Amino acid sequence: MVDFSLWVIISNLLLATRWTIALSLVAFVCGGAVGLLLLFMRMSGLRALRRLVVLYVEFFQGTPLLMQLFMLFFGVALFGVEISPWMAASLALTFWTSAFLTEIWRGCVESVPKGQWEAGASVALSYVEQMRYVILPQALRIAVPPTVGFSVQVIKGTALASIIGFVELTRAGTMINNATFRPFLVYSIVGLIYFALCYPLSLLAKSLERRLNASR
Amino acid sequence: MIYKLQFADLLPYWDVLVRGFVFTIALTFVSTLSGVMVGTLGASARTFGPRWLSALVSAYVELMRNTPFLVQLFFVYFGLPAAGVKLTETQAAFLAMTINLGAYSTEIIRAGIEATPRGVIEAGISLAMTRLQLLRYVILKPAFQKVWPALASQIIIVMLGSSVVSQISAEDLTYAANFIQSRNFRAFESYFVVAFAYLMLAILARAILRALGHRLFPKA
Repeated sequence: MVDFSLWVIISNLLLATRWTIALSLVAFVCGGAVGLLLLFMRMSGLRALRRLVVLYVEFFQGTPLLMQLFMLFFGVALFGVEISPWMAASLALTFWTSAFLTEIWRGCVESVPKGQWEAGASVALSYVEQMRYVILPQALRIAVPPTVGFSVQVIKGTALASIIGFVELTRAGTMINNATFRPFLVYSIVGLIYFALCYPLSLLAKSLERRLNASR
Repeated sequence: MIYKLQFADLLPYWDVLVRGFVFTIALTFVSTLSGVMVGTLGASARTFGPRWLSALVSAYVELMRNTPFLVQLFFVYFGLPAAGVKLTETQAAFLAMTINLGAYSTEIIRAGIEATPRGVIEAGISLAMTRLQLLRYVILKPAFQKVWPALASQIIIVMLGSSVVSQISAEDLTYAANFIQSRNFRAFESYFVVAFAYLMLAILARAILRALGHRLFPKA
């Protein structure tokens, strides 16, 4: 029987944390890009496009992230394409993140007074120009705190990737627990590492929000 | 080669699906009640309690809100027995969901309490209300009324999050999907149907909670 020192456990968990961070970054950046695209579709004049985004959001916010992961992981395989847990997790988290971010951002865009759009139109700006030069700069300021806040949800969401076999922090915790039989210790450390990742972001979101409200 | 979806293969397992469906509803219902109760106590303790209690509640809230539910669940199910607390899958799932929703609803209800103007509480005091009456009618009721939509969406998030309790083999809806696809190998079909069931549940829960809000807080 090999004895695992506390340090071995911690260092292995920290190594796996890199994958949690990598997956979170991919999901957040790609999800943000897709979310922005969806936002433009949602705010566009085309009714069909708007409908499509509403359905997309309803689906990804109304079903468990775990189901989305499973469906992607097994669904893509139906087309005869081999998909790695890393790819499946990145894709599913990207879709999931984009659905939430696009809703958050829509709220921000809609909170910009209507007169701003009309002012843009009255100086003959096109829809894209109104969005680009008038609306987005104002919406962006409001959007930062909730977006930072949501990044915490993304990091926590990556824990589900462990279920389809992607080795990140939670999966590493399970594997180490299977070798050491010290679940109380291992899952405490896993929890604390997540906390160390998420809590600073939560604090940042809160302080950004406070600053935004103070300046008004 | 094009794969043909075969939903008919799920039919022999309808009873498994129904059992999972009922389990998910029951688990969500019970842990919503206990979670909101924990949240109410937590929010009251955090706003009106002594300094040390308020700090303790705040630590609990932050710890829960900044760690994944899956890890909380594993900690309760695998970790606690090492400390002498043995739980069945269902008990562990219930406990994990309660402490998770408890933390979120503490934060939500607290926001509602803090939005109550000081003068309203003083008006209650001047009417010679007891502390309990004050808490119930003057503080908590308007607080719930204000935060009801936020609380409702958090309850739905917790319900969808409950799909991971299948990982400790609590027999919920997701467990049913896993079970069926391990028997008939129709993985995509099973998950698709169950995802749809969750979607229906979420829509239904939203409607019920909204109606309940109108009933509990008329004119709101």
